[in-house]
Amino acid sequence: MTDIHLSNTTSIRTQDEAAAAKRARMDLISSVVRYALLFGVGFLMLYPLIWLVGASFKTNSEIFSGAGFLPNSPTVEGYVRGWQTSTPYTFGRFFWNSFLIILPKVIGTAISCTMVAYAFARFDFPFKKILFGSVIAVLLLPNVVTRIPQYILFRDLGWLDSFLPLWVPSALAGDAFFVFMLVQFLRSLPTDMEEAARVDGANSLQTLVFIVVPMLGPALVSVCLFQFMWTMNDFLGPLIYISSVDKYPVSLALKLSIDTTEAFEWNRILAMSVLTITPALVVFFAAQRYFIEGISAGGRKG
Amino acid sequence: MAQVQLKNLEKTYNKTNKVVHGLNLDIHDGEFMVLVGPSGCAKSTTLRMIAGLEEITGGDILIGDQRVNDLSPSKRQIAMVFQNYALYPHMKVRGNLSFGLRIAGRPKAEIAAAVDKVAEILEIEPLLDRLPKQLSGGQAQRVALGRALIKNPGVFLFDEPLSNLDAKLRASMRVRITDLHRQMKAEGSSPTVVYVTHDQTEAMTMGDRICVMQAGRIMQVATPKELYNAPANLFVAGFIGTPEMNLIEGAMEGGEFVMGGQRLALGNELGGRLSGQPDQAVLGIRPQQFSLVSEGPALRAKLVNAEFMGHEVYMHADCEGHRLISVVGAAEFEARAESDVVRLRPDPKTLHIFDKSDGRNVSLLGGSIAA
Repeated sequence: MTDIHLSNTTSIRTQDEAAAAKRARMDLISSVVRYALLFGVGFLMLYPLIWLVGASFKTNSEIFSGAGFLPNSPTVEGYVRGWQTSTPYTFGRFFWNSFLIILPKVIGTAISCTMVAYAFARFDFPFKKILFGSVIAVLLLPNVVTRIPQYILFRDLGWLDSFLPLWVPSALAGDAFFVFMLVQFLRSLPTDMEEAARVDGANSLQTLVFIVVPMLGPALVSVCLFQFMWTMNDFLGPLIYISSVDKYPVSLALKLSIDTTEAFEWNRILAMSVLTITPALVVFFAAQRYFIEGISAGGRKG
Repeated sequence: MAQVQLKNLEKTYNKTNKVVHGLNLDIHDGEFMVLVGPSGCAKSTTLRMIAGLEEITGGDILIGDQRVNDLSPSKRQIAMVFQNYALYPHMKVRGNLSFGLRIAGRPKAEIAAAVDKVAEILEIEPLLDRLPKQLSGGQAQRVALGRALIKNPGVFLFDEPLSNLDAKLRASMRVRITDLHRQMKAEGSSPTVVYVTHDQTEAMTMGDRICVMQAGRIMQVATPKELYNAPANLFVAGFIGTPEMNLIEGAMEGGEFVMGGQRLALGNELGGRLSGQPDQAVLGIRPQQFSLVSEGPALRAKLVNAEFMGHEVYMHADCEGHRLISVVGAAEFEARAESDVVRLRPDPKTLHIFDKSDGRNVSLLGGSIAA
């Protein structure tokens, strides 16, 4: 009896072990397939970017000889000559111009949109609903519609061929999208902390600066990041308002290097393209942490 | 001097929705006043109006002798502790405590000394360099208390400060807050406290006086003892006391209270006094005022359920279709006769008769029961 009992137990255990081993094998296969698929699709999507970086180190003739991204004889000639540009200025000048547009625009956007959003989210004032409705209406309005009136306005102000038309509207909370985004974020924050600050003696501006802005951190990082990338990539704005080459930002300068050469020096263009996207990538990865932190950095739940 | 006076205080939302109906309340200097009532009775709204966080639609608020209707919160000599503490999440405990003083532009040395003093009183010195998210509920509560304390205000406003804590911590914080108040009074600073809660245990144990509110109106303002022993109306009678007071509808016939088939003679004094009172009445008996008897005048009821609480038993019994709750000693319960029917004799000195039409307590003196 005992022997039979034992052998039954043993066989059950063996079956269990076999089932567990099978499950482990299936898990492994499933993981391998999933990761292979993810890696494959990811690589496919990233390939143009990888190719761009690889090709910027190729010679001009090699670029069109194959679709591979590894250069046969890597050279930095594209970077050196691309940096020189075909104008009297180096590419550094164009980066500096971009910087001169982006910096006041991003800072101005952050400050003005925060103040406008704070007012909409926290205060009652006459015509609030109509004004907020108009913000939403502006949000839905295609950019193209306002181009001509804006151009005429800036021409009359004598701002053509300067950076002012590119950043002043944004620094006056002209980007309805950011205002809307911050209003929504503010509405989700509890008002207790602000009330506590008022009881502590802070006025509205102090409450905004010392209490609200730190809580708005993640949303403000997103606003700045979007504004940075959109401005870096903006082509139409500078094209319309800036006519002197010495004021061109990088987006126009890239196009310039295509226009002014008879035979396109693709490796130069690609090299400068790599340099152009680098700041955006660096800023994005640096700020990514704040996206992930998100709203959890906000109020403390009791 | 920081007495608080509410004079015909009113609050209306959207011009039509009136939530506070002409409150009149005098809170004395150094008094611990508790505003208590069920959810939606406008106790928090009233507190927020005192704080200046909510606009006043009508009436006046006086703090000290000054009318503060149009003053900003910071100029009202008040400090407030919020329900969810409202600690600034990006500032360390030290920053939270000192924020008000920094805004006021006080010298750094003075701020540091004040922070250290408050931290010592509340035993939060080890927490000074932590962020609010690194604190437990009880610790955060103490920091919130410290933030109010550091301002050394004339009036402390508490908006359900203990409702997010577990029962044990709540009990210890209750004692800590009242101790602190007593200590400050002994030291001569005499701060006035307005404390909002929906928890009647907190109200009864903490308040010098309690203001019971319902639907934006004051039902009664009295000491805890007076509220318990002499509720002015049905609402207060039902709200104060655990378990709730038994409220039995019936009719007054001469000097007797009639409920279904049973009659309860109220005795010469009470019966005589109430003989001219309305026929339709409500009898109020506290569960603790019953004794189990085997003979003599008593209410006969059918035992439905008994909750054993250790040293006492909550008996649920059916009396003429009314559910009666009574609290009797465990030994007394065990010694009763083995029967479904129990005889409950109320303490004659603690009976209350309420006018059914307006809920008024028409019998604030005890009577005696006769068979």
